[in-house]
This record gives sequence, C-alpha cells and structure tokens, in this order.
Amino acid sequence: MNPAFSVIFFTTASGAGYGLLFLTAIANALGFIPSSGWFAVMTLGPATALIVSGLLASTFHLGHPERAWRALSQWRSSWLSREGIAAVLTFVPLAIFGVAWAFFGRTQGWYAIAGLAAAAGAVVTVFTTAMIYRSLRTIRRWHNRWVVPNYLAHALSTGAVLLHAAAQAWGEPQAVVAVVAFAAVAFAAYVKDRYWKFIDTTKSGSTPETATGLGARGKVRLLDPPHATENYLQQEMGYKLARKHSEKLRTMVRWFAFGFPAAFTATAPVFAGSLLGAALSLLAVIFAIGGTLIERWLFFAEAKHAVTLYYGAREA
Amino acid sequence: MTSLPAPVAGAKKLGLVIDLDTCVGCHACAVNCKEWNTGGHSAPLPDFDPYGANVSGVWFNRIHTFEAGEGPDSRTVHFPKSCLHCETPACVTVCPTGASYKRAEDGIVLVNADTCIGCKLCSWACPYGAREFDADEGVMKKCTLCIDRIYNENLDEADRVPACVSTCPASARHFGDLGDPNSDVSKLVEERGGYALMPEMEYAPVNRYLPPRPAKTAPGCTGASAALERPTAAGDGTHPLLRWMDRLLSR
Repeated sequence: MNPAFSVIFFTTASGAGYGLLFLTAIANALGFIPSSGWFAVMTLGPATALIVSGLLASTFHLGHPERAWRALSQWRSSWLSREGIAAVLTFVPLAIFGVAWAFFGRTQGWYAIAGLAAAAGAVVTVFTTAMIYRSLRTIRRWHNRWVVPNYLAHALSTGAVLLHAAAQAWGEPQAVVAVVAFAAVAFAAYVKDRYWKFIDTTKSGSTPETATGLGARGKVRLLDPPHATENYLQQEMGYKLARKHSEKLRTMVRWFAFGFPAAFTATAPVFAGSLLGAALSLLAVIFAIGGTLIERWLFFAEAKHAVTLYYGAREA
Repeated sequence: MTSLPAPVAGAKKLGLVIDLDTCVGCHACAVNCKEWNTGGHSAPLPDFDPYGANVSGVWFNRIHTFEAGEGPDSRTVHFPKSCLHCETPACVTVCPTGASYKRAEDGIVLVNADTCIGCKLCSWACPYGAREFDADEGVMKKCTLCIDRIYNENLDEADRVPACVSTCPASARHFGDLGDPNSDVSKLVEERGGYALMPEMEYAPVNRYLPPRPAKTAPGCTGASAALERPTAAGDGTHPLLRWMDRLLSR
C-alpha cells in the first residue's frame, strides 16, 4: 500500500496524544503525578496538540476535506465513521478534565472521573483507528489479530515516554511513571515482533489462481496488463518495497522506537531531578515518535493488496 | 446509508456474465465503456497526460490477459474485469459518509459524487480493483452497470444493456438478472459452470465468469475430417494422357 504521509503522521501523532491522555488521566486518579495546574499544561497540553494536529492531518489526503463532517454519519457500518465519532466525543470529557485541572486546580471527584472517561475515549478512538485496517480482508498483513494490539501498544508506549518526560521535567517523578514507560515500550516491541513474525510466516488464501478462477489449468501468469502505464490501482495498492530496505527499516524501528527509548527511560531516573534526567527522558520521546513514524511507514509499505494479483503479483 | 439492504429471497441481482472462452481480448468493451461513461452518470472519466508518455486515467473496465497452465494444455485467456456488484460489498460498508451504496431494487453498487469525501477507503476494501479515484474531481468512481442505459427509455429496447455488452463483437458478455434462476444469464451460468472470482473474500460477487471450454485436440472433433485423404496414384477415371504422364514421372 502506498504510504500517505498525512495518515502516517495522523496515526503516530494522535496515537501518542491519546496514549498520553490515557496515562495522565489514570495517573491523576491514582495520585501518581503532581496535581498542579501547570502539570496539566505540560501533559494535557501536548496531548491535545498531538490529537488535534493528527486529526487535522488526516483530512489532508481527502479529495474533499470540506466534506469531512459527513464522515460522522455511518457509524452503523464503518470503522472510519466510528473513529471520527469517538474522536469528537472524547473531546468533551477531555475539555472538562483539562479546564478544571489547568485553570481551577480541581483534579478529584467528578473531574477525575471525567479524566477517566476521556481515557476510555482515547482507548476507543485508537481501537477504532486500528479496526479500519484490521477489518480489510483484502490486505492480509492488516487483516490479522496483531494489528489492534500493535496500534494500542504504540499509542501506550509513545504516550508513556511523553508522560515520563513531563514528570522528569517537573522534577520529582515517582518511580512508577518510569517503570510504566519502560514496560509499555517493551510491550510494544514484543507486539511488533509478533506482528512481523505473523506476516512473515502466513500466506494469503488468495492467489492469481483464485483471482482468475483459472487454477484448474495450473499456474496463472499475467501475460499482458490492461494498459501500458500504471493506473490508480497500481499506484495506490501496488506500492513496491525492496526486501532489503524492509529489513533495514525494521532494524531502525527496533532501535529507534524501542531500543533507545527503553535505554533512555531506564537511565533517566538515575539522574532524576537534574537537567540530565529531563534530557534523557526527552530523548526517549524523540526516538519513540521518530521510530513510530518509520514503523507506520513500514506498516503501509509492507502491506500487499489482493488486487495486485491481477497485475502480476504471485501472492498478496 | 452504507449499511447493506436486507437480503430478500428472489430479489433482482443485475450483473454480467463474461465468457472467457469466446473473449478475444479486443478491448472494445473497455473503449465503449469509457466512451459512454465519460458522458454518463459519473461523467467525466478523466485522462491525465493523455498524449504524453505517462498516460493514466479512470476506466471502469480493464482487460487483463493471462496464461494458465503449462505446455500443450495451457491457454491464453483474455480477462475483462469491472465491478462485480457484490452481494456483501465491503466497499459499501467501509464508507464513512454514505456516499457508497447498494441499491435494494436491483443490487447495483453506486457512488454519490456529491457526498463522497475522497478518502479512498472503498478502493482499499475492493479486492477486484473496481474503484478508481478521480484525482480531478476528488471523488471515487466505479462501474454503474450503465444505469443510465439499462433503464433509459429514450433508447431502443435492444440497446438497454451496458455499453460493454452492446459492443462486444464476440458476444462474450451477457447482461441480466442473476437473482432469477430462470433468466437466460442464470441458465448460461448453470450450463457452463460459471463461477465467482475470489470466493474466499466472501464478498459474494454477482457477476459470473464462464471458464474456457476444454481444448479440442482429438482428430475429427471439430467436425472437419481428421485428415485430408492422401493423394494416390492416378486412378482409372483419369484422362489417359495424365495416366501416361503419371507413369512417366513415377519412374
């Protein structure tokens, strides 16, 4: 699949924003983070900025961005529509939680519950994003059980290193924040590894033989494509990625999205309260988000669409 | 509404039956499709760089050519492909705006260009490549089964078939109601063992493909004599001069 940059940026940025929102609301309810209104600005501020910029970016690849509001209408059947609704609804408790905390210093009782409602909305929104891909039978590398955990785990890991960085910058982070960030990164690494194992070891049930129904005669080969030049289907669905680049990029994801963030997250608490601690936790954020951008690019580039079977692909 | 209409027993399912045995791969159906539809329901069908080296454009019907099998039993098969108007099309259900819909009355899958946001998700959901994005208009386009021909009372009744069907010089394309087991197309499918493409996707396509008939290789099976009679020595009925020449030349 052709990786559209707006979609890569959207899922990475809003995933990190929703992950940060989710963990901030829970840590607030459990009393693991400072209750100062300024800490709300340092956590819910970037979370909202990431979510909003991501959602805006997601409209850039539309043919008619001005009609985007129509996407809220088909929640009965469409995961994309459900995602839009979940994203819009999540802003309501997020606004209550954020305003009460940032401007009035109220973090407990109903405001904590509003935060937890926003956290639930964050999970639902990331889940619906993942289901857009998960539900497409046409793409085996998306239509499998590892896609939803993959999206949730990446949102959690990038959100967790962001919360850790905010807590380090504040000065007196509780150890549990670092432990959660480390564990979330490790979990995301595990899920991604399982995802890659899955796509490397399973085959699609569709072949050129089932696509043409001519399998009874033996192997089916494309002799002549319909047109001399590439069409929309080949450009959008037939994106080709050399195998060697795929391996290099996977290695980059392993280090950038998981290895470096885990190492920086583990060492930052040693220098807690100092500038070095804050700098290390910020480095973890930069690598985690950069690594996740590459991960998302690969998620698209490695995905093969069934329609390519009509254009000479042996498998999809 | 992108939810699918409730299935009704005996409902009309308009579609195409494509005969892979007789298709000669002339692309006339694709050309006539483009010709009609660039002025029809989804008009225009854009062409980009039409006279340049990298020409591309929106087509509702494309003809692939495959080779199947090896050696003397292999066949070259011309393979026209357009929207199969599936019974459970995910291209419709994934649509977030309701622009994609399946008509309850005849099963035709259409796009409302006025509400399409151009997110392209429907084209991702289609395994058959039936949907093509119009980058000029920013909306998705697809085969309409020539909805503006088949119900068009301004046309002669014989012409109320999809453009691809009307133009096929080999009569390899047939149009009709595949929901009616007694229709001509249903009988044809029954008789020739018509099949659906990629049934494992579970989209339940309406269109059917008729497989190429087995190659005729046994001597005499086409109706012509198995071999020409071997020329023999000139018989008794031949002119005496020719018999003399035959003897002379046979020495």
